[in-house]
Amino acid sequence: MERFATTPLNRRNRRIQALLRGLFLLMTLLLILPVALILATLIVKGGPALTFDLLFSDPRLGMTAGGILPALLGTVWLVSLAMLAAAPLGVAAAIYLNEYAGDGWLTRLINLAIINLAGVPSIVHALFGVGAFVLFFGLGASILAASLTLAVMSLPVIIVTTREALAAVPMSYREACWTLGATRWQTIRRVVLPNAVPGILTGVILELSRSAGETAPIMFTGAAFFLPLLPQDVFDQTMALSLHLFVISTQVPGVPEPLPYAVALVLIGLVLMMNALSIGFRLWLRGSRRW
Amino acid sequence: MVTQAPKIQVDNLTIRHGERVALRDVSLAIRPNEVFAIIGPANAGKSSFLKALNRMDLFTDKMEVAGRILFNGRDIRTLRNLYALRRRIGVVFPLPVGLPLTIYENVALGPKLAGVRERAELDAIVERCLRLAALWDEVKDRLNDYGSLLSGGQQQRLTIARALSQSPEVLILDEFSIAIDPITTMRIEDVLEQLRSELTIILASTSIQQARRLADRTAFFLDGRCIEIGDTEPLFEGGARDARTRRYLEGRFG
Ligand SMILES: Nc1ncnc2c1ncn2[C@@H]1O[C@H](COP(=O)(O)OP(=O)(O)O)[C@@H](O)[C@H]1O
Ligand SMILES: [Mg+2]
Repeated sequence: MERFATTPLNRRNRRIQALLRGLFLLMTLLLILPVALILATLIVKGGPALTFDLLFSDPRLGMTAGGILPALLGTVWLVSLAMLAAAPLGVAAAIYLNEYAGDGWLTRLINLAIINLAGVPSIVHALFGVGAFVLFFGLGASILAASLTLAVMSLPVIIVTTREALAAVPMSYREACWTLGATRWQTIRRVVLPNAVPGILTGVILELSRSAGETAPIMFTGAAFFLPLLPQDVFDQTMALSLHLFVISTQVPGVPEPLPYAVALVLIGLVLMMNALSIGFRLWLRGSRRW
Repeated sequence: MVTQAPKIQVDNLTIRHGERVALRDVSLAIRPNEVFAIIGPANAGKSSFLKALNRMDLFTDKMEVAGRILFNGRDIRTLRNLYALRRRIGVVFPLPVGLPLTIYENVALGPKLAGVRERAELDAIVERCLRLAALWDEVKDRLNDYGSLLSGGQQQRLTIARALSQSPEVLILDEFSIAIDPITTMRIEDVLEQLRSELTIILASTSIQQARRLADRTAFFLDGRCIEIGDTEPLFEGGARDARTRRYLEGRFG
């Protein structure tokens, strides 16, 4: 019998394979569709309103005209401060959990807690922020309280992604370093971290861009409805893009139609820029140390 | 024969990984400047034994070591500075581990961590160790390339250069040749021949021929027990006392 002849079983397998391939492709296209539609709508409807003036001037006439400078700067402030607080803490915690802690019941409990914390809805974080930072620590509704709330919300995700980046560094690297007489910290510093940094940065920046779009955690803790003055220090309140978008889309009558779309475009642009930054940084790191 | 103080003396060593016993009540002594081979089938406990010698058990989950190990007469369990102990023992693993650093840094890392700062001193160490490991001629023009870009055989020699970088008194090799080609294996065996006058070499191997070529004395491990220790030549010439050792050396099980 000819060994290369096609049997009915071969034919059936090939059909199934072709069918599944098509199905998976369809799913992927379906996923891209909403994103593409959203972007297209925003660009078509908001594009014309996206001017230099919009980005660099204050809102006027009860937010129905003018620009969004205070909100844009406010968001940059909030997100930067949040990451300044969350990134070092989160990375340190992840280093402890992955490099120092043994595999005991306490470690498992902490891991479980962190994973669950990552799933807590942002409105709950908002209420925690009000209780802890605004009231208990007496920070009042302020940039500081809002940033810290964002930080608390971001911590679990930062810890989890950092841990994954650390765990991806092969154990054999650590062992090779230890047999040279290196301490745990020397090993982390010289071998583990340099290998994990691209992954850690990606995690941190993605989380940073996610928190830029959050509204609930900041609206009770420091983001103001309307505040044409730029904040003087971290104890002032500030406007923020996400809240501003919510306000002009639903709370203020007489806003010209293109304005909210343009603001949404700016917000998405900001997020995409941060993501691009993370990808670029990763590529640069990979290029500068080849392995 | 003159009896010298042993380099490493092991008394009643028992090693557990959780419930599983990897080594049972092993006692032996390794002499200064000898090549000591441990042969035996997989899971005999060879790697566990080697790990205990520089206290790598501290880095291995659930690994427990009972018994006594003397290094130059000092009980290594009472040593406070384990980092110093590890610097005096070079280790080569079965799979080559080129650290994701340059070739130069792979070799200079140990001395640097131990506090060597002078560039000239580091340069000298790197060259000496790469020469010892028979790798210098192949890499001398690209010391700043990444170590992980080398071939497997070159990486294993890089590992040896790294293990020698702190002038250890003992060199431990755990099945160094299972992942590399025969030519490189022969070159490394030549390297070990060169080194034997300078330090004590302990190697674990599943290849009995390799043990025969290199070792002054050979120990046969089986199921976590040390069945027999003897001078290599007589052992291989049929002088083994234990029937299991004879059968293993004749290649009738393994
Ligand atoms: N990290 C570990 N965890 C659990 N069991 C282990 C571990 N390392 C070794 N063992 C067990 O210990 C025994 C001896 O293993 P090993 O020392 O690696 O032997 P060899 O190197 O001679 O193959 C084996 O039964 C093995 O399964
Ligand atoms: Mg082994």
